[in-house]
Amino acid sequence: MSTLALQQSPGSPSGAGAYLTQMLAVAAAEAVKLRNDPVELVSRSVQPILWLVLFGQVMAHVRGLATGGSYIDFLAPGILAQSVLFVAIFYGLSAIWERDLGVLHRYMVSPAPRSALVIGKALASSIRGICQSIVIYLCAALLGVRLSLQPAHMLGVLMLIVLASALFSTFSLIIACIVKTLERFMGVGQFLTMPIFFASNAIYPLAMMPAWLKAISRANPLSYEVDGLRSLMLAGGQSQFGLGVDYSVLLAIIAALVVAATRMYPRLTQ
Amino acid sequence: MNPMDAKPSHVAAVGASGDAAPGSPIVDVDGLTRRFGALVAVDHVSLQIHAGETFALIGPNGAGKSTLMKMLTTMLPPTAGRATIAGFDVARDPQAVRAHIGYVPQLLSADGDLSGQENMLLSARLYLIPRGERRKRVAEALAMMGLTEAKDRLVRTYSGGMARRLEIAQSTLHRPAVLFMDEPTVGLDPAGRRAVWRHVAELRAQIGAAVVFSTHYMDEAEEVCDRLALIHEGRIAAMGTPAELRAASGPDATLDDVFNDLTGARIGAGGEA
Repeated sequence: MSTLALQQSPGSPSGAGAYLTQMLAVAAAEAVKLRNDPVELVSRSVQPILWLVLFGQVMAHVRGLATGGSYIDFLAPGILAQSVLFVAIFYGLSAIWERDLGVLHRYMVSPAPRSALVIGKALASSIRGICQSIVIYLCAALLGVRLSLQPAHMLGVLMLIVLASALFSTFSLIIACIVKTLERFMGVGQFLTMPIFFASNAIYPLAMMPAWLKAISRANPLSYEVDGLRSLMLAGGQSQFGLGVDYSVLLAIIAALVVAATRMYPRLTQ
Repeated sequence: MNPMDAKPSHVAAVGASGDAAPGSPIVDVDGLTRRFGALVAVDHVSLQIHAGETFALIGPNGAGKSTLMKMLTTMLPPTAGRATIAGFDVARDPQAVRAHIGYVPQLLSADGDLSGQENMLLSARLYLIPRGERRKRVAEALAMMGLTEAKDRLVRTYSGGMARRLEIAQSTLHRPAVLFMDEPTVGLDPAGRRAVWRHVAELRAQIGAAVVFSTHYMDEAEEVCDRLALIHEGRIAAMGTPAELRAASGPDATLDDVFNDLTGARIGAGGEA
């Protein structure tokens, strides 16, 4: 007849250990789901391959697009960033879907801090982003992109993918908390993706843009992700803004988004 | 009309409860109110539920049962009034409340794309079951709910009754002081309903949790609960043991009659005959 509080069970993690356990539990559930049904991962990787193979091959013949090297080298980091964006930006959809099913209620009544749930979901999105990146690296290698395979560079790319996935999925989660229904989210999601993608340095250099578009691109986190990727993914790649700036901008935006999402996420189940 | 202590309260060890003295109610609700704009969904509800008690909230759809339960499970902040669970205030200390409750929502909260076992392990981590005990606790809980055979199947292949039992198992792994269930048997066939209640009874015997559930099945409420509250238009129309409520409406009265006498409404809507 004991209703022992879980905090009292000997051996229960506490403090930072508890936070990490709960946060990683959310991300691990996503990894298990991907393992149970990997079909989605395969279908998701078709689109970026088409961009590289079709768009890349044709645009390579347009003079002036590439800055120095070949256009396909220029394009590969942009397409990597794009595919991570396209997967992450629809992450809010699954939050609404989980709410409609009832799964979200189970997270919301657990003692896990809301921020642990938000960051756990962001990391879950990062797992998908990493899977996408592996496919794109293989494809880029086959197309003869001059990839840098230095471990430090690849680790840097991995960190950028994790950060960018977390950033755009948390942004998406906030949108989901505002619009609240699947139908409205679909409309907004489509509307957001294209501006984020085209108002960035993903497929053409900032130098080609008119001043107003350049200003928008400089405020777009995707540009900082792509800039970091261009310097780390390619052999002899160069960063325009500086890697420190790239990481700092992404981290600062993530922090702000996590704070906002932590406040808004529980409203989905109200 | 309000036989508060029809059942002897037996608050054993209420773990790290806030300021709950021994013998005080495990669920203590005072004037709880929730408005949505002009609509008053829950209107000054007060009730006490004691450790180990099984308590039913009965009323037609839209009576306010779900809104009340959402406030008690910290999903929805109250507009006015106060509620404590195991001594913790739902508005001021929601995270502590959540550590002391289990909740089975009306919708399916187990993840259909995970197996039964994977769902359980997710809950074990969310509820901070010590790492070394997780597998054992999960295996025991699955066995208790009769799900050992099905543990490696994806939950989307489960029957409604199996999924419900899994949800009960995953929301009680941490041995909560109170288990809330919102319409736990809606949509289940009679065999599935009986299995759910049989397992809940075993679970109660083991962990001693109070069980608070909403339903519009009168027979089920009579059979299962110690006390119940009839909810109508956001207010408690009557509260007591099933026998007490029947006695007030005449010797042959059913609970449905009681509800009808009190409110002029029938509960049946949406319920199964």
